[in-house]
Amino acid sequence: MRLVIVIFTLLFSMAATATIDTYEFKDDATRERFQQLTNELRCPKCQNQNLAGSNSPIASDLRREIYRMVEDGQSDGQIVDFMVARYGEFVLYRPRVTGNTWILWYGPFVLLAIGAVVLLMLTRKRKKTAVIDKKLNEQDKARLATLLDKGKSK
Amino acid sequence: MLFWKGLQLDPTELPSALLDKPIPEFSLPSLLDDGRMLTQKDLQGKPALLNVWATWCPTCKQEHAQLNKIAREEGVAIYGINYKDDRGAAKEWLRRYRDPYVLNIYDEQGTLGLDLGVYGAPETYVLDAQGVIRYKHVGAVTEKVWLKLRTVMQQVSTESQG
Repeated sequence: MRLVIVIFTLLFSMAATATIDTYEFKDDATRERFQQLTNELRCPKCQNQNLAGSNSPIASDLRREIYRMVEDGQSDGQIVDFMVARYGEFVLYRPRVTGNTWILWYGPFVLLAIGAVVLLMLTRKRKKTAVIDKKLNEQDKARLATLLDKGKSK
Repeated sequence: MLFWKGLQLDPTELPSALLDKPIPEFSLPSLLDDGRMLTQKDLQGKPALLNVWATWCPTCKQEHAQLNKIAREEGVAIYGINYKDDRGAAKEWLRRYRDPYVLNIYDEQGTLGLDLGVYGAPETYVLDAQGVIRYKHVGAVTEKVWLKLRTVMQQVSTESQG
């Protein structure tokens, strides 16, 4: 009985992770590249699904194209370029660094730098005012002392 | 501010990556005459519409009357790409609902569609006289969409004259 349960769970878990269409790859490295590419490229028709996870006909067409290209021995860069030339930057989940997207990539670092500069300026200012406070205090002390002295002498 | 602007953008609208680029090269049979091969050169000569359609696509049926109207009343050249369809069914469709197309490219495997970046039929492109893609519309061509397409076509044709 236990064996049957184990077999069943194995079967179902395999069904859940299997891609919709089956391709035979010339080697494991190619298979891995195919899986990585279809995971990283977005299906143009579906708003937020990658090619690997979509059932739509266009995603299946594009998987077939990617399969053809990885078997052909084309590089990842060539395949991504092929996709972008047809469907635009939209298909990339990791946008490239361009004039439009540099703020996405570097914006946080710019903000961090601005924050650091502001913080530095604030602490400097505070130090200065602290020094002034001390000076005033010394003057006050002196005044206090003279006042006290006056009181004593009377 | 950015957020507000982001809310107003339509996320389903994809800018065509092929805007201002020529129609990709292809060599595919004509839908009505399978002995005749069509290439990108057959789409050049004057500004025209290029319409991607299929009999399995319900929105294509919706826009079909509008396409007929544009072709017949305004004399606009419309080229068709019959996209991943059955030849018999497509011919029957054109016989029954009338044929607005000057030429029909039979793209059975969807290869030209892939090169064009088609992600859902119907799609309609405005081509200039050199066969360069000047505008792309995804979805049905309605009365309102046609007004927009017509403006683009007029711009394109005055540019090529000037």
